[in-house]
Amino acid sequence: MNFRLKLPDSAPSLQAAGPALAGLPAARAVLGVALALAIFGVFILASGRDPLDALQGAWRGVIGSPFGLSEVGVTMIPLVLTALATAIPARAGLVNVGGEGQLHTGALAATGIVLYFHVGAPALMLPLMALAGCAGGGLWAAAAALLRRWRGVNEVISTLLANYIAILLVNMLVFGPWKNPDGLGYPYTIPFDAAAILPAIAGTRFHWGALAPVLALIVCYVILTRTVWGFKMRAVGGNPEAARRRGIAVDRYAAAAMIAGGALAGLAGMVEVAGIHHDLRPGISANLGYLGLLASWLAGHNLLVIIPACFLMAVFLVTGDVLQLTAGLPSAAGMALIGLVLFLVLGLRRLERRPL
Amino acid sequence: MSAENLETSPNQDNHTGNGPPLLELRGITKSFPGPAPGTTIAANDGIDLTLRRGEIHAVLGENGSGKSTLMKVIYGYHAPDASKVSPDSYRWLGRPALPGSPAAARRLGIGMVFQDFSLIPALSVAENVALFLPGQGRMLRRRQLVRRIEQFAGEYDLEIDPRQRVDDLSLGERQRVELVKLLLAEARLLIFDEPTSVLAPHEVDGLFRVFSALKDNGYSVLFITHKVREALAVSDNVTVLRRGRVTATAPSRRFDAPSLVAAMVGAENAPPSAAPEPASAAPAVPKPPQTPPAHPPTTPEQTGGAQKETALEFREVSTGRAPRPLSRFRGTTPGGLNAVSFSVRRGEILGVAGVAGNGQRALGEALLGLEPVRRGSILLFGQPVTGHTVSDALKGGVSVIPENPLSDAMVPDMRVDENLLLAGLGRGRPAGFWLNRNTIANRAEAIRAGFPLTMAGPAAPVRSLSGGNIQRVMLAGELGQGASIFLAYYPTRGLDVLSAGATRRLLLEQSNAGAAAVLVSEDLDELLALSDRLLVMYRGRIAGEFAPSEASPQEIGLLMTGHT
Amino acid sequence: MSVFWLVISGTLTGAVGPGISVLYAVYGELITERAGRINLGMEGCLLVGACFGFIATAETGSAGLGVLAALTAGGLLAAIHACLVINRDTSQIAAGLALTLFAGGVTAYAGRDYVDSIITGLNPIAIPGLAAIPVLGEALFRQDILAYVSYALGPILWFTLQYTRWGLSLRAVGESAAVAFAAGRNPALLQWTAIVLGGALAGIGGAQLSVGLTHTWSEGMTAGRGFIAVALVIFGLWSPLRGMLGALLFGGAVGLQLQLQALGAPVSPFLLDMLPYLLTLAVLAVWTGAASRAMPEGLKGILRTG
Repeated sequence: MNFRLKLPDSAPSLQAAGPALAGLPAARAVLGVALALAIFGVFILASGRDPLDALQGAWRGVIGSPFGLSEVGVTMIPLVLTALATAIPARAGLVNVGGEGQLHTGALAATGIVLYFHVGAPALMLPLMALAGCAGGGLWAAAAALLRRWRGVNEVISTLLANYIAILLVNMLVFGPWKNPDGLGYPYTIPFDAAAILPAIAGTRFHWGALAPVLALIVCYVILTRTVWGFKMRAVGGNPEAARRRGIAVDRYAAAAMIAGGALAGLAGMVEVAGIHHDLRPGISANLGYLGLLASWLAGHNLLVIIPACFLMAVFLVTGDVLQLTAGLPSAAGMALIGLVLFLVLGLRRLERRPL
Repeated sequence: MSAENLETSPNQDNHTGNGPPLLELRGITKSFPGPAPGTTIAANDGIDLTLRRGEIHAVLGENGSGKSTLMKVIYGYHAPDASKVSPDSYRWLGRPALPGSPAAARRLGIGMVFQDFSLIPALSVAENVALFLPGQGRMLRRRQLVRRIEQFAGEYDLEIDPRQRVDDLSLGERQRVELVKLLLAEARLLIFDEPTSVLAPHEVDGLFRVFSALKDNGYSVLFITHKVREALAVSDNVTVLRRGRVTATAPSRRFDAPSLVAAMVGAENAPPSAAPEPASAAPAVPKPPQTPPAHPPTTPEQTGGAQKETALEFREVSTGRAPRPLSRFRGTTPGGLNAVSFSVRRGEILGVAGVAGNGQRALGEALLGLEPVRRGSILLFGQPVTGHTVSDALKGGVSVIPENPLSDAMVPDMRVDENLLLAGLGRGRPAGFWLNRNTIANRAEAIRAGFPLTMAGPAAPVRSLSGGNIQRVMLAGELGQGASIFLAYYPTRGLDVLSAGATRRLLLEQSNAGAAAVLVSEDLDELLALSDRLLVMYRGRIAGEFAPSEASPQEIGLLMTGHT
Repeated sequence: MSVFWLVISGTLTGAVGPGISVLYAVYGELITERAGRINLGMEGCLLVGACFGFIATAETGSAGLGVLAALTAGGLLAAIHACLVINRDTSQIAAGLALTLFAGGVTAYAGRDYVDSIITGLNPIAIPGLAAIPVLGEALFRQDILAYVSYALGPILWFTLQYTRWGLSLRAVGESAAVAFAAGRNPALLQWTAIVLGGALAGIGGAQLSVGLTHTWSEGMTAGRGFIAVALVIFGLWSPLRGMLGALLFGGAVGLQLQLQALGAPVSPFLLDMLPYLLTLAVLAVWTGAASRAMPEGLKGILRTG
């Protein structure tokens, strides 16, 4: 039986970390964010700008403007999906670090549909692409699940390494056989036609792909809390040994959770290419897989807490973009802010037990 | 330390007995928090012990008698209860010297070989030894170390290769590495925690020869065991513990096997040299009030012939690794079953006595289908089920009440009602796809209604409950499934007296209602009170079978400890 | 035949340069993992090393100060990881990834004014005599000072782990913190030391990339080398000497790409880029026995199942 799951306490996995935001009094979370903003302000000051001014501008540009809010929404769409891609396996006791790669294989599969199985009707085309995206991500995750089951390779390392293989696979195709012959040498596929595009609300980039995370959240929540399946899955994640002794097929539930997680990340990839880029190109994901993992982890893998966690991340990411426009800071500054928030929220987390 | 220190090993000391003893303990008491808040359980209760230089001293007792706790107090791992400590409590060479930590004990010259060795499997023998020796210099002088290990190993005939990785060694070899480690660290008192439990019979003899050689060189050896034969085989003195107290202590030549067993299990004919029988030696667990000691196996007038049906049968069941004659790990496949046969009828309670680790756990693993049956077959109601899955077993009416509920039966982060629901999952309850709060609440309420003990509220996460409460939730979940075959491990462990009594009544009720039950326990009083028949397990085999009326504690005790 | 030798020598020459920065990160991750911890923030440590090493060199004109700044930056970043995972009991995976994202943001911000700067930095020093060896000499002995240091560091690290008490303690902590504690070691201190030292080494690797190899700074210039290092440590089964081989393999893939491109061979360069990851997965999946035996016990919760 080499598919044995480690008990949460013995494995220094995401599980062992326990809930971060979930177990955290709101006051601490607010304190963490406030401290991070303060430190960030000091850096802005150091670079010779007025931090209050910059933050005020960012606030107006992100929360205070319809466009800013729509951008937050656009960012949240893939984030919620990749957060679920970590949260669902985590509920069954597995750690999926592979959201980034599964997103890429999902985007790759969806693009494959556009290139090779093109249908004119959006009503048929988009669901087909979504299915392909799920399959692409799911298969990528299934490889990790199989390696775990048959060869005892832990999913942490296999999904992490598979991320780079997936990204290189996408690059190989868009630099090679899938490159648009009329694209002036840019490594893009041919642009998707209207049938393969998720329509956006006029004047914004906020597109109908937003349905995907909403539906996924509802389905996952209902399955986890309202079905026998979900109950068994939670039992497997909570204590695999007890679940095994209750006659639950632990291996199968763990693998299913992993594959479901991969499918959700793959769906995120489809949504990104069909909703934002309208073609496949390098860099379709600015670390969305990793950010989703961190959001899920910040939320203690609690499906409902994932929404505010992703909102927070999206706000910071868009803030980075806005600061780039208003204060001339590089947009990656938003990433630094997210890092600070993570460190501080974690550092303020109450310890359950003293380390050795 | 350098090689010259070899010559100053304790054999220079006068070890004929004059001068102060090496170690003197007086009135050692060590309490742990009890199951109920605010209560304590004394694992050691006023223990006296004297150990001279060049003495081999066996500490004998059943599991839970306080042997390990006493050793850990000596080794500075546990601090004795402060209120009972005086300068006389712990004297080393006549001076008060209670060690506050294992490191302090090591400085005195005390070394301990634990049951689960403190060796790092991925490092070599020499590296493990180097890690343990107080550091001198920044470099590892491997060659010198290897030479010194070989020197000590040669002196005591402990064939070990210092260059080998520890995970390539058998358990017996690892034990020898531990010993060499202590000798190199200049220990003079060597404590062994159940040293023979990992050894094959021929290895035991080898270990005892080493003990004798150590004694001749002036070392003192303190070892704990639950095997009477071993206590008598090699030791100069024996101290017997029962329920945290000394029930006998004397030179071993003044004991014979029956007198030692009597002191261990608490019967009347203790040897003349024994300490006065303490009050607590009377059975601490009162028998359930309304039940006769051995209830009638079957009550034909109320049950009829159907109840005599055989519910569970083991036929020559063997589990675990097959013994491989050429393997270097021979004799160290612990815990498996070896050609075990028994059967239980409906309405019958079969007691299984034995020291933990003699195959009891494998009974449940094999019954649940978690451990493959290598030979033989298991029958449920006459149907062979060998090769079955857990689900098959549960649907076939099996219920295993595990030894450790938190790790084997419960999901700690789930609520009480969810855990009650979990108990029925493998039996197809609830059926269907959807599951809402009402289903969970109703199921929990139904189980709660049929369970006579008070239980924690449905919404509390199991993690937050006390041990006794967790045990009660698990019992309620298992007994509420309408199973017809129960295998219960230590079902009253961790419960207060009232709950324990009620639990025993519940088992009897299940049995009277036609269920077959196997009760695994180390508590002879409980087994004798509940069982219709009694098996004794030793090293994976059935060592004996009794009707409770004709069983004597001494006889059972001898069988449990491998003294046939 | 002569084309073949040209490709080989070109590959080797192209291999060593890019391999050095990865090699430093491999050493850093190896020390961390031998102490029973994993730092997925190696990528971040490389990046801050590259960025702050470059900035310090550009501002002071001294490459030595640049390297010092790089190792300080790497060590400080790793200290955040150490604090989170050792003292705050945080998930190592999440903390490491957060570290990498944070470093990406900070370096983009701090280095924005230096993107077009050019510095003198560190330059190759040919070792007289050795550099004249055909094929190998050109590849190995016409490198910057940090490369020569990295050649020596592998054997030194190996010797330290195998033949010093500190090395033994570190390995013991990585195998079983409880046993090491019982033997009088301080696991938390040892792991802190290992993580910070590891980050500092990766910082030097980053400096080698920006100050030594390319003499430029660009956002995200480490391009996943830190994660490759994590993979190569496993590929090398936690041995510094085999780790050197792994770094050469990575460099070789880069060097071969350039050669193949020059020859116009129809092999996708991305396939070669996949090699380190594929080989590492293969080592874990095929060579399970050896991998499991060599893997520090403390990592098994993360890297191994069953």
